[in-house]
Amino acid sequence: MNNKLQIADKTFSSRLFTGTGKFSSSALMKSALLASESELITVALKRVDVQDKDDDILLHLNHSRINLLPNTSGVRDAKEAVFAAELSREALETNWVKLEIHPDPRYLLPDPIETLKAAEALVKKGFVVMPYIHADPVLCKRLEEVGVQCVMPLGAPIGSNKGLKTQEFLEIIIEQSNVPVIVDAGIGSPSHAAHAMEIGADAVLVNTAIAVSQNPVEMAEAFKMAVQAGRMAYQAKLAPVKNQAEASSPLTSFLN
Amino acid sequence: MAAFETHFNTCNWDDTLASINAKTKADVEVALASNKRSLEDFKALISPAAKPFLEQMGQMSRELTKKRFGNTIQMYAPLYLSNECQNICTYCGFSLTNKIPRRTLTDSEILKEVKFLKNKGFDHVLLVTGEANNTVGVNYLNNAIKLVKPHFSNISIEVQPLEQNEYELLIENGLYAVLVYQETYHKNEYKKHHPKGKKSNFEYRLDTPDRLGKAGIHKIGLGALFGLEDWRADSFFTALHLKYLQKHYWKTKYSISFPRLRPHSGGLEPKVEMTDADLVQLICAYRLLDEDLELSMSTRESETFRDHIVQLGITSISSESKTNPGGYAVEPQSLEQFEISDERSTEAFTKMLKNQGLEVVWKDWQHFN
Repeated sequence: MNNKLQIADKTFSSRLFTGTGKFSSSALMKSALLASESELITVALKRVDVQDKDDDILLHLNHSRINLLPNTSGVRDAKEAVFAAELSREALETNWVKLEIHPDPRYLLPDPIETLKAAEALVKKGFVVMPYIHADPVLCKRLEEVGVQCVMPLGAPIGSNKGLKTQEFLEIIIEQSNVPVIVDAGIGSPSHAAHAMEIGADAVLVNTAIAVSQNPVEMAEAFKMAVQAGRMAYQAKLAPVKNQAEASSPLTSFLN
Repeated sequence: MAAFETHFNTCNWDDTLASINAKTKADVEVALASNKRSLEDFKALISPAAKPFLEQMGQMSRELTKKRFGNTIQMYAPLYLSNECQNICTYCGFSLTNKIPRRTLTDSEILKEVKFLKNKGFDHVLLVTGEANNTVGVNYLNNAIKLVKPHFSNISIEVQPLEQNEYELLIENGLYAVLVYQETYHKNEYKKHHPKGKKSNFEYRLDTPDRLGKAGIHKIGLGALFGLEDWRADSFFTALHLKYLQKHYWKTKYSISFPRLRPHSGGLEPKVEMTDADLVQLICAYRLLDEDLELSMSTRESETFRDHIVQLGITSISSESKTNPGGYAVEPQSLEQFEISDERSTEAFTKMLKNQGLEVVWKDWQHFN
């Protein structure tokens, strides 16, 4: 069974994507990210100095397994997002970008209108666009139409650790999507990650739950295993959920 | 759209203070148990009735702060550009009638100070001036922002209130945040402490954050100067202001600062004392009110206090600050706006943070335009 995930020109063995924020040191971040076996790791452009070869965060992410996924966190509209993506393509030599436009600084909820505009422009400029969005099935189809290579709907607000509050809509997105669906934001525990994979998400992105744990390295490994277990369960097809008990010796079996 | 003044005028100081002091243990318990806290809950959390719950508030504040901000702390440095001032403020070292040498930094002097701060590692800077519109007006500020922009990712100002179009100009040239403290929300006391100069206009200052919001500023810093009036009532009005602004200017981020009166030349003794425990209670109460709010601390506070408060809700902090223009490199001996308390070097201070398991964040912003 081919269990690899393909996005644009890259193939991933790990379906756990991770982030770099909130760790208590860059060294600890690196240990945790290596333990997670994650191959795609997002980094906020506003947090690093892309012109600086000795940037502490970037130095710690320099590893053969790690693909950098620059994100546009901090931009407020499509124009700023495109500017940020172009800056990162030039400085970090990757055309991959996690498109995050959240003009609301409190809940960091994504702006669907600006995201669609920016996605369309960036695809035309040759970017691999991974948009962070609400769990909005129609928006996902619209993004697919403009050529994004995956969609990243949220499970709950970023950093909230609340799990799949948007499950009903995630299921519709997964059912309808022709591009990989990555559940981003809100995943607070390995069981949430397994849950997302069980309902058919192609991958999950986890940051806060690992970084803020008492033991980020062990937590990273726990997420790795949970994502693998969830994926395996999805492929093995879960037994259906029943509302009532079902007798193993049915009353009408004598009729057969 | 009505400005905050209209909203503010519906609240009475004495009634507010009485209702804070009337909060009971049961009110505090309700506030602590809630997961979406109101301004009434905030009143309970800053009330005397919440004092026995301080440890619990501290634990909760720490957890919420960690969840949102992680194990990190943002560093910033104030850069005083001028001590010229046309205002009389009873508590300030730069007050018009204080006989001190006045100085406004030139371009080359500003760049000397910038170099000092860059060598220390700072990437977020706060430009500070008094209010002297002939020498330190919007043109001077605009020039200063353009001058320092190549050197800092994030530029804030703490200067006289400006007009909306003036803010728009500064934002276009790289301004990120404006700190404008009301000092006190007690209108009559405000007039006593600001008898002369443009600052004596209470309402103009009160509506400054509205002008900033309309100008599209990224961040507004609010606060009261503790010691002028009752800190509980002033903090309630600050929180009221915050909630109003968050609803009206939803793209803007907010931060709160907690200045307590410090000694300075020409000094004023605090009328109302705020103890260390009071300040901890207030910081935790803000965190319980709003888990995303930036809470900022200066070097006004002591080493011991700062070493502990970084685990209790504070997310942004300065170190080794100088509150006199030219204080870092140009003229270190000139007279300060107020005495700082924690005089440790930035190296020593950040080492302390790292030893506590906090990642020191220097850069967390970039202009993408």
